[in-house]
Amino acid sequence: MLAKRIIPCLDVKDGRVVKGVNFQNLTDAGDPVENARFYDEQGADEIVFLDITASHEKRKIILDVVARTANDVFMPLTVGGGIKTLDDIRALLNAGCDKVSINTTAVHDPLFIKRASERFGSQCIVVAVDAKRVKDIGRVNEFKIMPWFDDASLNDVCLKSFSGEEPVWAISTHGGRKMIAIDAVKWAKKMEELGAGEILLTSMDRDGTKDGYDIELTRRISEAVSIPVVASGGVGTLEHLREGLVEGKADAALAASIFHYREYSIKESKEYLRLKGVPVRI
Amino acid sequence: MIAIIDYGMGNLRSVEKGFLKVGVDVTVTNKPDVVKKADAVVLPGVGAFKDCMRELTDLHLIDAVVKAVKDGKPYLGICLGFQVLFSESEEFGKCGGLDVLRGKVVRFNFGDQKLSTLNSQLSTLKVPHMGWNEIKIQKDNPLFKGIPDKSYFYFVHSFYVVPEDNAIIAATTDYGIEFTSSVWKDNIFAVQFHPEKSQAVGLRVLKNFGEIVRKGL
Repeated sequence: MLAKRIIPCLDVKDGRVVKGVNFQNLTDAGDPVENARFYDEQGADEIVFLDITASHEKRKIILDVVARTANDVFMPLTVGGGIKTLDDIRALLNAGCDKVSINTTAVHDPLFIKRASERFGSQCIVVAVDAKRVKDIGRVNEFKIMPWFDDASLNDVCLKSFSGEEPVWAISTHGGRKMIAIDAVKWAKKMEELGAGEILLTSMDRDGTKDGYDIELTRRISEAVSIPVVASGGVGTLEHLREGLVEGKADAALAASIFHYREYSIKESKEYLRLKGVPVRI
Repeated sequence: MIAIIDYGMGNLRSVEKGFLKVGVDVTVTNKPDVVKKADAVVLPGVGAFKDCMRELTDLHLIDAVVKAVKDGKPYLGICLGFQVLFSESEEFGKCGGLDVLRGKVVRFNFGDQKLSTLNSQLSTLKVPHMGWNEIKIQKDNPLFKGIPDKSYFYFVHSFYVVPEDNAIIAATTDYGIEFTSSVWKDNIFAVQFHPEKSQAVGLRVLKNFGEIVRKGL
């Protein structure tokens, strides 16, 4: 049976793990390769590097990080952050990563996902969907409009108006500060249609809160698409992982801080999930 | 020397580094002459069957690969390198593949069908089949030496192989249906999963292939 995946995520800036934590097996807590090896030994199912390098000149550093990781760790590796062109994707794949996660570029140009999946195959194109619940119906008309909203083949994802009876999530950028007038559930379906091979879904309401995934959002998107969905944003306990995988129907559970700060190990997470009847690889 | 064929698709680097990690010497090449001189051939790759065949054709590699297989040199096909061995692809019609083995390549098609087991409470089946799944070893096989039955390997694919000859099936995997996740026929070894992404068990598969090449079949 296909196992539910547990995926630790590491923020990498200028080639270093952000707030690297010293641990018995790490000689250099800031080295992404050391951290990847650590998670590999613990039995993580995949690793995600989120490159938050701001400066354009330093963006090539991640390629070296990916290459050094792929030389040493033989497990699936996804890299996200700052991917703007097909050449960016090619460079990352050649360096040895398996999947790239694309967010802002897809929001600006949805057909980029079509071009990327046609060139490299859907299996390596992950679309990161950052979603935030729309709380105030009256403010939807203040949300940002994209130029491609004029394109009839794409604009069925637009968030125009809604009754307020059903919950609605919009796409959010800039770490949740800006709202785009795109319906997150319809957007995920559109991304699938254009060739995405996986959705990495982050609740911007929950991200960093440790209150658990937005289960309703996760379930709606998991049910709406027929590609795998990775739940992200808000994990504070092992039970949250179970909720995302079972109630949220996600195919994989991503978490950053609980693993990074060693609150729980990957192994503990899987043992907990197995005890609860969730199929995991131990 | 083992030639890993580079036809511009997929994660070759990991395959190469995986072999190196377990002490097996490999050469990455897209030259037919190098393939012809090699003792064994590894054809990796992820993506579309059609693109794979087009790239192999453009690089004039088809004859070299087929000849190596027919000459009895050990062959390891990974993912696409497994699928293109077969004669026919559902998506791209007959004679699409290398036609070394009889059978066809078809797409997972679940519609709204749910898994009948525990997973039914969890989710419908997604395509691609992506993640870690178990293999059921169907026949003892030098490639799986030291690998326990029901070991987990990493898969990422939307199509699977249906061989005409069930006797070549080396392993199967459950994903809504029980599909063929590995075949073995004489010098031909092929796996749907990615040994280069499957941690320790995956590296063991690469090591075993190295042993097969070194010691002979």
